[in-house]
Amino acid sequence: MAEKADKAVISVRKLTNRFGKSVIHEGLDLDVIRGEVLGVVGASGSGKSVLLRSIVGLQRPSAGTITVLGTKVLTDPPTDQPERNDDPDAVQNRWGVMFQDGALFSSLTVRENIEAPMREKLAIDAATRAALADLRIAMVGLPEKAGDLYPSELSGGMRKRAGLARALALDPQILFLDEPTAGLDPISATEFDDLIVALQKALGLTVFLVTHDLDTLHATCDRIAVLAKKKVLVTGTMTEMLDVDDPWVHAYFHGPRAHAAQPMPKPDQGTA
Amino acid sequence: MVADAVPSAQQDAPNALTGPITLATLSQAQGQLAGFSRGKALDLSGVTHLDTAGAWAVASFLAAERSKGRDVDVTGATPAQTLLLQTVADALPAPRKRRRRLPHHQAGDGLAKMGQAISAFMVGIGQTVGFLGLVVLRLAQGLRHPSRLRVTALAHHMQEAGLNAVPIVALMGFLIGVVLAFQGASQLQQFGAEIYVVDLIAISMLRELGILLTAIIVAGRSASAFTAAIGSMKMREEIDAMRVLGLDPVELLVLPRVLALVILLPVLGFVANMSGLVGGGVMVWIDLGISPGMFTTQLLANTTVTQAIIGLVKAPVFAVIIAVVGCYQGMQVAGNTESLGSRTSRSVVVAIFLVIVVDAAFSIFFAVWGI
Repeated sequence: MAEKADKAVISVRKLTNRFGKSVIHEGLDLDVIRGEVLGVVGASGSGKSVLLRSIVGLQRPSAGTITVLGTKVLTDPPTDQPERNDDPDAVQNRWGVMFQDGALFSSLTVRENIEAPMREKLAIDAATRAALADLRIAMVGLPEKAGDLYPSELSGGMRKRAGLARALALDPQILFLDEPTAGLDPISATEFDDLIVALQKALGLTVFLVTHDLDTLHATCDRIAVLAKKKVLVTGTMTEMLDVDDPWVHAYFHGPRAHAAQPMPKPDQGTA
Repeated sequence: MVADAVPSAQQDAPNALTGPITLATLSQAQGQLAGFSRGKALDLSGVTHLDTAGAWAVASFLAAERSKGRDVDVTGATPAQTLLLQTVADALPAPRKRRRRLPHHQAGDGLAKMGQAISAFMVGIGQTVGFLGLVVLRLAQGLRHPSRLRVTALAHHMQEAGLNAVPIVALMGFLIGVVLAFQGASQLQQFGAEIYVVDLIAISMLRELGILLTAIIVAGRSASAFTAAIGSMKMREEIDAMRVLGLDPVELLVLPRVLALVILLPVLGFVANMSGLVGGGVMVWIDLGISPGMFTTQLLANTTVTQAIIGLVKAPVFAVIIAVVGCYQGMQVAGNTESLGSRTSRSVVVAIFLVIVVDAAFSIFFAVWGI
């Protein structure tokens, strides 16, 4: 465990989130290890998105500490420090967040969206910036002409890809993905899973992935963390998840959809 | 030119990149790459950190060399760096062709733009009139089946657009009365005709200003609110949801708003008239020493109720204009946030413009009929 903590790029300790009387998290602990893809699952309303928002500093927790890449995001709130904005070592320049529907700036084209972080944070000339934006557009598998389109002209899948491209614009070390495959057709979702794995391998990213999609969990995640009962109930690999006793976890990973999502169904279980 | 950029010490060494090659150090790395002597292998063993931007610089260097017929070998890269380089090289888009930029301004651009704006404005007004027809049709259907009129929504909008506007309208009327009294007094005093300030205030306030300024305030307040509310429903596909459920958005959303304003704009106009008279009365009392009793006598002697009716008769017409323009612009909102903003501002501008045009038409009408 101590060895794990050393390699952790994100460590959450005793996190408590309270909205009025409803307690979302209580004493939540979580480590994300460098270079892994961690999938966070949980029932609707179990606070997966709140956890993500707490880690990236959008939601100030009621109690607890969160350390990302050695920076305590609570005592050192990144969004409140404009003077550190241009510092490439500042933690907010070393993570990228892809929101559920891309959250692209609607008044900018896709290329301008991807250029925006570079334009604001770095002094690079316009031609290089445009070339890097085009590279990101190609890397996330968007057609070249998508760069000139506005977000409202894109399909849902393209918006997600463009959101991913913007999240990657500053070459982050950690990538946060909120429901990356929600609302995509199965083929696009599979492509998106493959894309995440390929980018993660090539760029050496640490990925924090909130999802409901069992196929995504199978295809991409090294480890899975289950949020339930206001804390991280259990973490482990997919195979470890299948042996967990908790009824909710059992229902989640052994339900009919779970069997359908198994890449190689065991012969005695059948696929029906 | 290329050789000039190379420090002489590096001339004999193999082409080697060292240190971090990242987004932050991109310009140095590109400088180094541009200075490399040709045809040699590229040594990456000294590179401590390579990110996508660095890999892009290296990959585009390699591609540029290859296009000149020189294949450059890459040595010393770690497996991770090799994978990254490969990924970036695969994704590397063909250099964008410089599109010929159209000149920013051409002779006659301004004229063309003005023409487009005017024709778009007129088309918008034409479509608003069409929308008005639809509203009237729905109103007629609603009157035949009164149970279909939404009483709760009507009461809600009467409170929002009517009752809640009373304080601002009353304050505005009071201040306009004060201003009229003050300006009128300073002019009429020169003729010793101070007492006619009362008629000046009464006639201008009751006939014109009270209702016109109320309509302008309500246009700014409610036309924008209607557009924003209906527009954001449009953006979240609530209007489409109503349609597929067989509900009529005009009946549900537009009719209650129109009726609420038609009922309450005359009331607001009356409030403005009364507070205008009070404001004028207070001011002439302070400034000219005309007591409230004298003010009332003069008012009743020279100003008939007809004046107030002429003013208030315009109110329902203004109300229809404001509500229909606000709702129509809301229905025209497209899927993006920008159109919501532009439609909201347009609804206020068009509503105020039409109110003033119609007010002018009323003035001519009354003058011709000699009222």
